[in-house]
Amino acid sequence: MNSRRSTRAILAIAAVAAGCASMSDQEASQKALQLMKASFSERGQAKLDRLDQDEAQRLCSKPPSHELSKETSARIEKENLASIRYPADGKLIGDWKSGERIAQNGQGKQFNDDPKRPSGANCYACHQLSRQEISFGTIGPSLYQYGKLRGTSEAIQRYTYGKVYNSQGFTACSNMPRFGHNGILTEQQMKDVTALLLDPESPVNK
Amino acid sequence: MKRPLVRLGLRARLLAAGALIVLVPAAPSFSQSAVDEIAKYRQQLQDGNPAELWEARGEALWKTKRGPKNVSMEACDLGKGAGVVKGAYAELPRYFADADRVMDLETRLVHCMTTQQGFSFAEATKRPFGAGASRSDFEALAAWITSESKGVTMNVALAHPKEREAYQLGEKMFYFRGGPHDFACATCHGETGKRIRLQDLPNLTEKAGAQLAYTTWPAYRVSQGELRTFQWRLNDCYRQQRFPELKFTSDASIALTAFLAHNANGAAFNAPAIKR
Repeated sequence: MNSRRSTRAILAIAAVAAGCASMSDQEASQKALQLMKASFSERGQAKLDRLDQDEAQRLCSKPPSHELSKETSARIEKENLASIRYPADGKLIGDWKSGERIAQNGQGKQFNDDPKRPSGANCYACHQLSRQEISFGTIGPSLYQYGKLRGTSEAIQRYTYGKVYNSQGFTACSNMPRFGHNGILTEQQMKDVTALLLDPESPVNK
Repeated sequence: MKRPLVRLGLRARLLAAGALIVLVPAAPSFSQSAVDEIAKYRQQLQDGNPAELWEARGEALWKTKRGPKNVSMEACDLGKGAGVVKGAYAELPRYFADADRVMDLETRLVHCMTTQQGFSFAEATKRPFGAGASRSDFEALAAWITSESKGVTMNVALAHPKEREAYQLGEKMFYFRGGPHDFACATCHGETGKRIRLQDLPNLTEKAGAQLAYTTWPAYRVSQGELRTFQWRLNDCYRQQRFPELKFTSDASIALTAFLAHNANGAAFNAPAIKR
């Protein structure tokens, strides 16, 4: 906190000293945050604290030209990996039929959504999953035959559940929401999505 | 009275196009044929755009004496001189010395409604977006004013330091990840050739994508039966990003618009458009 404040002070002095016409990158980030705080209003469940970034969000808010160093990426992954909580009962595979409904559902956490209703994961927005659903997006890779190609070993189960729980434990700055880490899905929902991906009876593996 | 009839015709065509999509067999080749059918559907939409109804209402609103001061908006300066509408939108957002602020179209309209017509800010902005019978004057005014820039080359200059600052902050906003889903604008609009479900996503970090997207707003949204402005586009993107609500005509909304509009420079403006 103190060191950040003093860095900011040094930067401000440097900017004044240089008689800067344009802002430094860090100054612009600070100013953009202030601008956003003044320009958004709380509505429904969406409060202004949603603009408070954690370290991963802050470090991942860069154009592609600003590639993160290997060390920074590794740190993000290490910290996010450590956040994953596996179910106490040790069971990672739930009901794939429920998983399919969760994968289809795009509701949840928007300011107009009812916070009492469970959120969906909207997997199909970005991924191909089953063959039957032709309305799928392409931001993420195709997951068709995900389990058939990988098997259902305990290691694969843990990787899959963990990836849904916190994608950035494996890939820093992944586009995929951190469904468990950020409280979007419940433990049972994440088990059900894991089942959709791994259960041999799931349409994903047919 | 004409409006419901036009909408009915459109809905019927929509249903017909929808039926075509459903008939596509779910074979491994489904992807391409579904995409082709959607392209056909979009093509079919182009032959009649109800945006004209909003344009007509907007032109009448512009010329009607309204507000406590009972004056029309014809003395409103959209950046090219008092009352000049032609080509004005293709140069917005821009810095206005009389307000010492960078403004987009809707912000400038609010400025004229408050300073010239005498409306309070609250009165002027009570209905930013329409919903059925509750119509928004901004959607009508924006439809008409933007139609007067059709074919005009986008030229958002960034000549003033405040315009450059707005652009720089808008760029920061574009990449800002936040909320429970970690979404930024760039999450969906930072790569070429991607789609969400079956909806193609323009890559707004590249010239061609930025131009195609920006020059086709405002648009009549068939699925909503409403004409939507760029302020609405940003508001609804942020809703889906799980952010709090972007305030109408806020400085952040103007900054992000400045970033996106400037990136579209050089393209011919082509709205109001019609979208699904």
